Amino acid sequence: MGYSQRFDGRKFDEIRPIEAKAGVIKNADGSAFFRIGKTTAYAAVYGPRDLYPKFMQDPSKGILRCNYSMMPFSGQGDRVRPGQNRRAREISMVTEKALLPVVDLVDFPNAVVDVFIELPQTDAGSRCAGICAASIALADAGIPMRDLVAAVSVGKVHDKVLVDLDYNEEAYEDGPVADVPIAIIPSTEEISLLQMDGEISKEELLEAIALGKKVINQIIEVQRKALKDKYIVKD
Amino acid sequence: MTHKSALFVKDKDVVVPGEHLAQGMDYLPGLGTYRKGEVILAERLGLINLEGRAIRVIALSGKYMPKLNDVMIGKVVDVTLNGWRIETNSAYTAMLSIKDATSEFISRGSDLTKIFALGDYVVAKIVNVTSQKLIDLTTKAPGLKKLTGGRIIKVNPNKVPRIIGKQGSMISMIKDTTGCKITVGQNGLIWLDGEPKSEVLAIKTIRKIEDEAHLSGLTDKIKLYLEEQKKDL
Repeated sequence: MGYSQRFDGRKFDEIRPIEAKAGVIKNADGSAFFRIGKTTAYAAVYGPRDLYPKFMQDPSKGILRCNYSMMPFSGQGDRVRPGQNRRAREISMVTEKALLPVVDLVDFPNAVVDVFIELPQTDAGSRCAGICAASIALADAGIPMRDLVAAVSVGKVHDKVLVDLDYNEEAYEDGPVADVPIAIIPSTEEISLLQMDGEISKEELLEAIALGKKVINQIIEVQRKALKDKYIVKD
Repeated sequence: MTHKSALFVKDKDVVVPGEHLAQGMDYLPGLGTYRKGEVILAERLGLINLEGRAIRVIALSGKYMPKLNDVMIGKVVDVTLNGWRIETNSAYTAMLSIKDATSEFISRGSDLTKIFALGDYVVAKIVNVTSQKLIDLTTKAPGLKKLTGGRIIKVNPNKVPRIIGKQGSMISMIKDTTGCKITVGQNGLIWLDGEPKSEVLAIKTIRKIEDEAHLSGLTDKIKLYLEEQKKDL
């Protein structure tokens, strides 16, 4: 029979409602809030600042250090053990690699830019929400960047190629599911994150990525607006 | 193939990284922008500044970048064999050597904390910045000294030019109205000393300038604000 109607009634190429705000954490040098559907991410950027331990310093350019963390109450009912684990370390690493092509840290030798991503609530697509929030926060912190990075998950549920899977779709049991988070640099259309979980054919994967490239513009617009809104006159 | 050049932004527009600013070779990418093929894109969050054919983006946020000949306010964080290490409010700390600190004679092995102790704030000038951002300071010029009394506030270093104003117009207005002594460091640290009430007013005014630095007609607005607030002093 197939997957004819999405659980939450969206069209197959429709993303969940998104919302973003820059400068939400006053203590940080830059910060942002990003929400897609029920998945909520906060990102705080500190730096460029001194980097210790000293052996990590790079005298040719500054380094980017990301930290992804789900809050204990953020999951689907069960307590998520906070702090580092295998999954969080992997996502921290891919987030860093997704953002690195756009940030330009040659002016900050031996320094570090720290990005902390916290998720108070998750409903799939959390690494994508984290990347979106982090890229707003980095721009807000005044880090030189060639572009913003936007991310969304695409994939397949049963027989349909679609964008922005939520948790129910990821947990779909009557057919094959593929979850492919991608991050795109809009000005060059380069892909800076591409992971996959599940089963999908080559043709369907290409179709899914093309679909992702189409919807990414909606996300980038929200990110740009969030940054500009911070400087709009409020009289 | 000849493309028609086009400008997509106006002067003083807020732009974000990756935003297309102009198309074609008739425009030149300035600070905070870069060229990719035919297009010029923004590299920072900031305000557009058009000067002839050059497009610049003036940063609205970001940490202080140490620059030669800048006068800054720093905090002594370490005392070493040949001088002091000074926190600069940037990503790097600076070095103030004895030679550049004072013209008085200091004998070998004497206690350097008698000149500048840990936690002291100094007004210092940057005399050297290397490619690896090693910073050398001096306190041997008029106006450079240790700060005693008063209070220190931190502001966004990108807003410092607006706080000072053209030829210091903004800061002298605040000084004249409140009667405070004020020193503004290029690194975003500001020292104020005066009557407690006028100090509070000066800080409130500086915060207001910081919030509205990207808007035009700021000097008149602040003048009005100061006159209104002065009555309560």
